[in-house]
Amino acid sequence: MQAELSLTGAATRIDGPLLFLRRKLDVGLNESVEVIGADGRARLGRISALDDDFMTVEVLESTQGLTLSETRVRFHGEPLHFSLGPDILGRVFDGVGRIIDGGPPIAAHQRLRIEGLTVNPAKRAMPRDFIETGISTIDIMNSLVRGQKLPVFSGGGLPHDRLAIQVAQQARLRSEGADNFAIVFVGIGIPHDTAESFRLAMEKSGALARTALFLNLASDSSVQRLLTPRFALTAAEYLAFELGQHVLVIMTDLTNYCEALREVSASHGEIPSRKGYPGYMYSDLATLYERAGTIQGKTGTLTQMPILTMPSDDISHPIPDLSGYITEGQIVLDRELTRRDVYPPVKVLPSLSRLMKDGTGKGFTNADHPDLANQLYAAYARSIQVRVLASVVGSDGLTEIDRLYLHFGDGFESEFTNQGNERRTLEQSMDIGWRLLSVLPDSELHRLSDAQIKANIDTVREAKHA
Amino acid sequence: MSKARISWISGPVLRARPEGPFAVNEAVLIGEQRLLGEVIRLNEDEIIVQVYEDTTGLRPGTPVEGTGQPLAIELGPSLLGKIFDGLLRPLAGMEPIHVQPGMWRHAAETFAFTPDVRNGDELSGGACLGEILPTEGLRQRCLVPPHAKGKVISISPAGDYSEDAVLCTLEDGDTRHDVCMRHSWPVRTPRPVTKRLAADRPMLTGQRILDALFPIARGGKAALPGGFGTGKTVLQESLAKWCDADVIIYVGCGERGNEMAGVLHEFPQLQDPRSGRALMERTVIIANTSNMPVAAREASIYTGVTVAEYFRDQGMHVALMADSTSRWAEALREVSGRLGELPGEAGYPAYLSSRLADFYERAARVTTLGGDEGSLSIIGAVSPPSGDFSEPVTTHTKRYVRSFWGLDRGRAQARFYPAVHPLQSYTEDVDSMGDWWKAQGSPHWVDHRRRFLEILEEQERLERMARIVGKDSLPPRQQCVLMCGDLINQAYLRQSSFSPIDRFASPARQTAMMNLIARFVELALQMVEQGVPLGSITDLPILRRLQRMGEEISEQQLDEFQNLARQLETELGKLEGAEVHAS
Repeated sequence: MQAELSLTGAATRIDGPLLFLRRKLDVGLNESVEVIGADGRARLGRISALDDDFMTVEVLESTQGLTLSETRVRFHGEPLHFSLGPDILGRVFDGVGRIIDGGPPIAAHQRLRIEGLTVNPAKRAMPRDFIETGISTIDIMNSLVRGQKLPVFSGGGLPHDRLAIQVAQQARLRSEGADNFAIVFVGIGIPHDTAESFRLAMEKSGALARTALFLNLASDSSVQRLLTPRFALTAAEYLAFELGQHVLVIMTDLTNYCEALREVSASHGEIPSRKGYPGYMYSDLATLYERAGTIQGKTGTLTQMPILTMPSDDISHPIPDLSGYITEGQIVLDRELTRRDVYPPVKVLPSLSRLMKDGTGKGFTNADHPDLANQLYAAYARSIQVRVLASVVGSDGLTEIDRLYLHFGDGFESEFTNQGNERRTLEQSMDIGWRLLSVLPDSELHRLSDAQIKANIDTVREAKHA
Repeated sequence: MSKARISWISGPVLRARPEGPFAVNEAVLIGEQRLLGEVIRLNEDEIIVQVYEDTTGLRPGTPVEGTGQPLAIELGPSLLGKIFDGLLRPLAGMEPIHVQPGMWRHAAETFAFTPDVRNGDELSGGACLGEILPTEGLRQRCLVPPHAKGKVISISPAGDYSEDAVLCTLEDGDTRHDVCMRHSWPVRTPRPVTKRLAADRPMLTGQRILDALFPIARGGKAALPGGFGTGKTVLQESLAKWCDADVIIYVGCGERGNEMAGVLHEFPQLQDPRSGRALMERTVIIANTSNMPVAAREASIYTGVTVAEYFRDQGMHVALMADSTSRWAEALREVSGRLGELPGEAGYPAYLSSRLADFYERAARVTTLGGDEGSLSIIGAVSPPSGDFSEPVTTHTKRYVRSFWGLDRGRAQARFYPAVHPLQSYTEDVDSMGDWWKAQGSPHWVDHRRRFLEILEEQERLERMARIVGKDSLPPRQQCVLMCGDLINQAYLRQSSFSPIDRFASPARQTAMMNLIARFVELALQMVEQGVPLGSITDLPILRRLQRMGEEISEQQLDEFQNLARQLETELGKLEGAEVHAS
């Protein structure tokens, strides 16, 4: 790091989060600064534009109380970096990587740029290690693999936090023990109790020592929210690719991040795209989500489970919509299932795991797993159609086959989706799937081969008869 | 070369004070790292430059150096089988795991060359000098660059040469041209051809729903719009794997890094069903993932199409898959916004439509400058926000493509892939394709296709009606149509990209399946009209065999379809007999 430089009294204008200074020093674009007001408090900032005479500093915290004459700006001469060491696990940080648990400082082993660098796609490895989460609708229908980014699309008041905690506690590889894993929890604009309940849950399960928490609480600066996931992902990359650990990053709530992005964009006077969100929101979100993955020659992996609450449960809202285009699938939670007390309330039809094909089937999970998932999907989709039909014409107007589908659909929700806190192995989940399908005649089971029907479904039918 | 100094910078756009002449679209190199940029606007005392890389650390005073040329790429035989970024810089073989900023060239490789011309021959632009034979992979041609011509005054004998070695010198009056295996071409300029030709035959994709219902012509253009999760990328990858082009250019434009890793992992292991060679040997991947700089994303589409034209000019049939053109349009929008241009629809610049037209117009079947036939087919994926096809990129694209493959969320949610919706999709090239199918031993292709679409349309209409009156109240014929529509969907249109047997369907297999289903539909409707109860048809074992035939009968067992045809006639014949008996 070059010698630190500072300027006092160079400010000419303050406009929202933007501070305009006379360019008395030779500094570069995107370098980080600290803006110190008369109150002595240091606020992080970044140089966002430069010309011959002036520079624009984007202050990443509130500019309240800053004055033109007394504001001192300290230049770091480089973009924002984060000092990291192995003992970040078990610690709590604020949204910009400062320790807030009252403990000692981190012994820094490495300083990394928080923006991260683009991983060369030719150096990525294929994510294919199946993670068993113990949740049927994820394991069978939307399997998670190491290195994937699989968000939870939720809504206000739905139990996404409970689901995330459950996944964090239960996720394991079928072949290995549960060591060598780490969790990075990122709270973006969340209430204090959500952060606290996560911490308590991890403490109870004994996983807190393997967890790093980054908390930008609802009361913290909204502009800082843009930095929180970047600090956290830098820590996660360090754990995964420098220390060789399998890292699961849980980020909640990305909606708050996007709101902050909109706020900052508006304050810059940029031309908005859909619903006032900036046109570059896709690219900006991609710089977060794309930091998940596995890399050739590195043992560690970085798996992301971001949570976002869909404004008014609308999946076509720009936040879930753009996320869905970047992430490798999505787990969608449903309000109606929650009302009917189904937990976890995963709505399987709009849910998807794009990497499932690479991590399931022969040699990964079970040879029949992909076909079973496919058949369950086809049958459940049909049962939903039949349900719509039945709601209009009544079940009397249905054909015999359609009534079987209705029966299948109810069973699917009450037995397969609904599992409470039970942890199911892949085999247990598959057995439930076969059992549910056995109510349908062979002629409806297009996606299964004769051999699969004989081996898995006929046995269930015989057992029923006996 | 002219120089300039940065006077203002913000994000990927900078202004600089020139100390010499610059041209619009001239490529420039910035700072010590030699970041690549392009002049996009000129004033008397200022140039405006779009930078293709991360601009962190740049500052007023940093030097900008002109190259005297528009943004250009180097085209040569070593492109095949490799992965590049949006500016055609090689990604494989780079040591650090992260993409480094700055300009680096694709290192020259050595190939075996056999000359086809002699001293004294008069060559025009685009003429073939000789053959290039890589140790593995496609035989390629060494071409005179389009704008060079003259008399051969020296030509190298057969042997191994570097791509940058001068193989031939042409004398054209006072000027001399040195021709190497590779040459440079500006990406935004279409490569010239002798003549554009009309579509004559389909580009086979191996996907039944496309080849049978909505074919794309060789040299045609197709759009593939769909919301997230509807299977655009999987379908694009299937097309890249199984379509019958000689060379595939796969442009990953603003998409996921893991997908590129998947393609790189999978393609070398798969075999081209026609040549039996690894698919990777005929593929060039241009990857600008979503987290790479946005301005380079804008260039990646042009880079891809220029590489495609280079192979077309060698007399090959080339297919370009662009996934996704929406990300490219967004890159246009972002750069336009930074320049403060007046926005048009949904914030996109007003020139979006003409840029899309320029891109799709580069697809064609042509006579090359060398006199051969070549073609370039373009398949562009579109990612409409919230799956709404009325947004600007989809609507403008629709005006320039001839095949439209709309992906449907409902189908995708039932895991019915490819999720192309038969009633929302269309093609304008059916008439010219019928003759080709006739020559392939499928004389009824046009009729069967029309019949399938009729049944599917009637099925949709009846399903709406059933929602009001109940399925049970429909007359038997209509219930039979519902069953037939379901059969066409499940047995013919659904095709798993991940099934080793069904992921590719040859024309012969497609024809056999199409004939079987058409025959079943014909007989079933006939029976029902004669009073055979529908239940006795749906109970026939042949129905399940038809539904499973895609998974059960491989390309090597085409005879099995004849057995199925016999079984079909026997089983339905018995029903007819029984009916006659009863009456």
